[in-house]
Amino acid sequence: MKFILNNEDVGTTLPPGMPLLDFIRYHQHLTGTKTGCNEGDCGACTILAGDLKQGVLVYRAWTSCLTPLGNAHGKHIVTIEGINMLPALNPIQQAMADNCATQCGFCTPGFVMSLAGFCLDRKTPDAENAIAAIDGNICRCTGYKSIERAAGTVAGLLTDRNGEEPAIFATRQQILPEYFAGIKERLKSLIPTLNGELNPPSDTHPRFVGGGTDLYVQQPEAIQEQPIRFLLGQELLKGITREDNRCVLGASVTVNDILESSIMRTWFPALGNYLKLVSSTPVRNMATIAGNFVNASPIGDMTIFFLALDATLELSDGQSVRTLPLRDLYKGYKQLNKTSAEYITRCWFELPGDSTGFNFEKVSKRTHLDIASVNSAISITIAANLISDIRISAGGVGPVPLLLTDTAAFLKGKAPGTATIKQACAIAQLEITPISDTRGTAEYKRLLLEQLIKAHFITLFPTLQVELLL
Amino acid sequence: MKNIDSNTHVSGTSVYLDDVPVLNGTLFGAAYGSPCAHGVIRELILEEALQMPDVVRIFTAADIPGHNEIGGIIKDEPLLADKHVHFCGMPVAFVVARTREAARAAVKKIRIKIDTLPVITDPREAQSKGELIIPPRTFQLGDTDNTWSQCAYVIEGNVDINGQEHLYIETQGAYAVPQENNSLRIYSSTQGPTAVQRAVSGIIGAPMHRFEVIVTRLGGGFGGKEDQANTWAALCSLAAWLLKKPVKYALHRMEDMAMTGKRHPYAADFKIGLNKDLQILAYEAAFFQNAGAAADLSPAVLARTLFHCTNAYYIPNVKATAWSCRTHLPPNTAFRGFGGPQGMFVIEAAIAKAANVLKVDAAIIQKRNLIRTGQEFPYGQTAESEALNCWEKAETLYDIVDQQRRIQQFNADNKLFKKGLAFMPICFGISFTNTLMNNARSLVHIYSDGSVGISTGAVEMGQGVNTKILQVAAQTFSIPPEKIRLNNTSTYTIANTSPSAASATADLNGKATLIACTAILDRLKRLAAEAFQVSTDQITLSNGQVLVNELPSHWDWQELITTAFARRISLSEHGHYATPEIHYDAVKEKGHPFAYHVYGTAILEATVDCLRGTYTIDTVKVVHDFGNSMNTDIDRGQIEGGIVQGIGWMTMEEVVYDKEGILRSNALSTYKVPDIYSVPKTIDIEALQTNRDNLAIFRSKAVGEPPLMYGIGAWFALHNAIRAFHPYADIPFITPMTPEKVLLALYSKTNPEKNQQHAETVSHLGIDQ
Repeated sequence: MKFILNNEDVGTTLPPGMPLLDFIRYHQHLTGTKTGCNEGDCGACTILAGDLKQGVLVYRAWTSCLTPLGNAHGKHIVTIEGINMLPALNPIQQAMADNCATQCGFCTPGFVMSLAGFCLDRKTPDAENAIAAIDGNICRCTGYKSIERAAGTVAGLLTDRNGEEPAIFATRQQILPEYFAGIKERLKSLIPTLNGELNPPSDTHPRFVGGGTDLYVQQPEAIQEQPIRFLLGQELLKGITREDNRCVLGASVTVNDILESSIMRTWFPALGNYLKLVSSTPVRNMATIAGNFVNASPIGDMTIFFLALDATLELSDGQSVRTLPLRDLYKGYKQLNKTSAEYITRCWFELPGDSTGFNFEKVSKRTHLDIASVNSAISITIAANLISDIRISAGGVGPVPLLLTDTAAFLKGKAPGTATIKQACAIAQLEITPISDTRGTAEYKRLLLEQLIKAHFITLFPTLQVELLL
Repeated sequence: MKNIDSNTHVSGTSVYLDDVPVLNGTLFGAAYGSPCAHGVIRELILEEALQMPDVVRIFTAADIPGHNEIGGIIKDEPLLADKHVHFCGMPVAFVVARTREAARAAVKKIRIKIDTLPVITDPREAQSKGELIIPPRTFQLGDTDNTWSQCAYVIEGNVDINGQEHLYIETQGAYAVPQENNSLRIYSSTQGPTAVQRAVSGIIGAPMHRFEVIVTRLGGGFGGKEDQANTWAALCSLAAWLLKKPVKYALHRMEDMAMTGKRHPYAADFKIGLNKDLQILAYEAAFFQNAGAAADLSPAVLARTLFHCTNAYYIPNVKATAWSCRTHLPPNTAFRGFGGPQGMFVIEAAIAKAANVLKVDAAIIQKRNLIRTGQEFPYGQTAESEALNCWEKAETLYDIVDQQRRIQQFNADNKLFKKGLAFMPICFGISFTNTLMNNARSLVHIYSDGSVGISTGAVEMGQGVNTKILQVAAQTFSIPPEKIRLNNTSTYTIANTSPSAASATADLNGKATLIACTAILDRLKRLAAEAFQVSTDQITLSNGQVLVNELPSHWDWQELITTAFARRISLSEHGHYATPEIHYDAVKEKGHPFAYHVYGTAILEATVDCLRGTYTIDTVKVVHDFGNSMNTDIDRGQIEGGIVQGIGWMTMEEVVYDKEGILRSNALSTYKVPDIYSVPKTIDIEALQTNRDNLAIFRSKAVGEPPLMYGIGAWFALHNAIRAFHPYADIPFITPMTPEKVLLALYSKTNPEKNQQHAETVSHLGIDQ
């Protein structure tokens, strides 16, 4: 395993399933990266991963507690030590200090790294995007207002970039150390020496690991010593393309890839609003759609999204390939219609036509960076003022992600009026079996799903008389 | 002046417990916690764990050479469970192995057989069964019994307040390193180095002077590391002492959350009586504190609930009783506000309920009853009040009339969204309520090159205390801050420290530093006076220069120090400060426990999405009684952070134990603290600058805890927004106000004006059935 760690080329024979965070802190003794929660929920361990994508150097913020060391293979891994220009502070650090945006300081390196990631990103360099870049970082001291002010200052550093390569601009402006300017060439010469993908020993039955964002929360110890087949970096599993009227997504497409896809953005104009509710920037940078599907959480956001689109999966066991509708993947709680040798290669769905509306709703205890209490998506087609086709998915209200088929059957052929919607909500109640847990009581989840179904219609049919629905 | 730690923080070079370089041969510990909340240990099976690779030894209660006891206020808490377990997660064994991973893997192989006993999680149940940590305490003023008949309105109700996880981003931990002559150096992430030293001394059975406790800094404390850091330090010390090897244990987040106590949940009953002019004539409250399985700091927390049970109001007739109830939860502990916020929530709930019943704006009742200078608190201290000044300044400055009009218009115009407004006045007493703890020491050295080193008992945990202490020295000596360094906190340099807590750390340690610096300065001035043949009051120091009769002399700071050193004048001083004036009689429950009070008023606005039950807290506008702030940057940060932490407690932070006493909100995925998108768009803070003399350092009033209580207003702003949608919504006084509670209230069918009881139907902890 080889990669560039800050300004050094490193190689290691340590188990590739080890969390990158432990490698950084306890093997490289780079202690600026902090251990906070070990589940990608606080951002104290944020690092940057630089990668060549079709010759373009792209940096992403990752939470290193959830990153298998194997996913660093062939990349440029940057820790806080890698952006230091001591004894002077770099302008990002200076902005944090000037705005008093650090108190106990334990979360601070994570915030600085996320902001450094923002400086290396190609998004419009405004304050809103700077704050979005730190949406995965939790601070318990400041109340964030001072950090917001610092983020605004950092955005201001980039106003003159005008499309220049971010890494070049950042070094030229002395925002980041000089060596960043040479990373692209170093990665180019590193990659051919890697002998392709990191492969598990041939006589083993490897585990599949995509982004690792749930595996490393649920079973970090179990996975460390196992042979692993890493899927995140595989080019064959990447990409979002349009084939006729179908949209085809590679299994290792991340949530962020979806967000940045021009196809997805064109067909789902509110995509940004939906996906902002899904985890946080670093987790969206790592989490794959196939990982979300096979994790089989009854409340997986992307599963709920693609269920309403009636997505079809392609599975492979290395020998043969088969297709399976996503709705048929789930046999029971965490039980999949899939063998342990099979992995998802890609999925596709029919792009919605002009008369089809789509909406995604999610409510959680905390609006952002949280797991839903209930989530739901709808795809609804209207012909001659009547519902000609409809799918409503619902998460958190049963042992598997659900498609509300009875509710859909009831609605089909009817006009979307308030009385009909209320009746549909009553039918939905018969299709669900929510349980009480930390995300809410069963009573709440029942009421909430009804409210989200109403929210779908209120969003898609603005002429509805909302007071009749409340 | 910016926080002096910013540079190392932003570059990742600050050193926290887990960053202390590890010595060769260091072993790693992991605690095995009880899997059930109450029972008798029948058998502890360690064989399989002992055979795991790299395991060195597993310690149990039988290995403790001293007393198996770490209780601070009451000796009721074993370090390692011996026969009984009293809470889920209570340490039973301590595995020590050659690697972190091996220690954790071995913990999973430990088996235990426990005869389970009934589990109590509800403080009311504990109280009814006589399970009390200490006898109940009652604060009384006037005569409530004979006042009810004079009241035009008497309203009763009850309240359930949930706890709060500290969620310091740095978990607890310790690292014990054997030294020569049977002593240990203990690095600990603690707010109370002396408490750690005392606990370790007791466990090992050796005098305190053998144990040096060092704190570099904390990655957050908030009270959670005041007494509860003792356990991990004692475990590491026990192992290091017996194995003669360094032993380290930095907790995994899930261990930390499961094994440590939190802010106390409270249940409470209230009865409030008003006359026709909305003056509160009488108030009675009964508080049932959920202390958890051992005393920890609960008795002190309970006292502060009573001290703050009338918040910023004057009520002539008060009777408040508090029970500290023993349950089978991890021992609950200090958390910013220390019982005060719970007391304040109850009086605010009583006022809100009265306002609902009387159909008036709660703000009218609040304002009419604010305490004035000379009026008496239930515990006998008379107020030097800024309550009305803060309130009125906030009303004018933030144009409250306009804000109310805008909200009314918004609510009339919108069906799906409603706004609510709430005022939250605060009054918080500064000092440890245990009078003897109000003292501190500071050791100041001036080195012969003119540089200054300062050690105090204060622990830097982000509150900026080191910066403030540095300012004290820089100002006293009139030298640039670069000449001064704050050392880490060590029990070998400063002894018998009170914990960094009670918002009093900067006051106490700042005053001690001022005393030490002044003593050295006096010697230096005498020297200069002698040299220049003037009297000492003709000598001053300014910007590193010695002035004679306000005119520069040819001596600068360096020359002064060089001369003093050559003349063998002591350039060191150990300053001691004990807060004057304070006293308290715990039998009469009367006295003057606080050096001063901090006041303030916040106005909070919230918007509820009436379709989804979600909400935003939009603005918080504050007038805060700073006294005369000595560092506005740091104080603003404390206020913003405190407000957001308070809002989190009131809205999304939900501690969930199941009925077996097992923590269900046991990770950051299930326990949500505010993120950057959930904080108010606007937090406006305006100082009520006063020059009135007080006992604060440089008249700069303490700022650590009070702002948290502004966050209580978020609950009431949401309450008011819900009632704008559904005027008779059933909104039980239960915290936190999660989106679930909001949605259920928005669509509730009952009428709350019938004064129904909620405790029977809704659990106090958000129990996950």
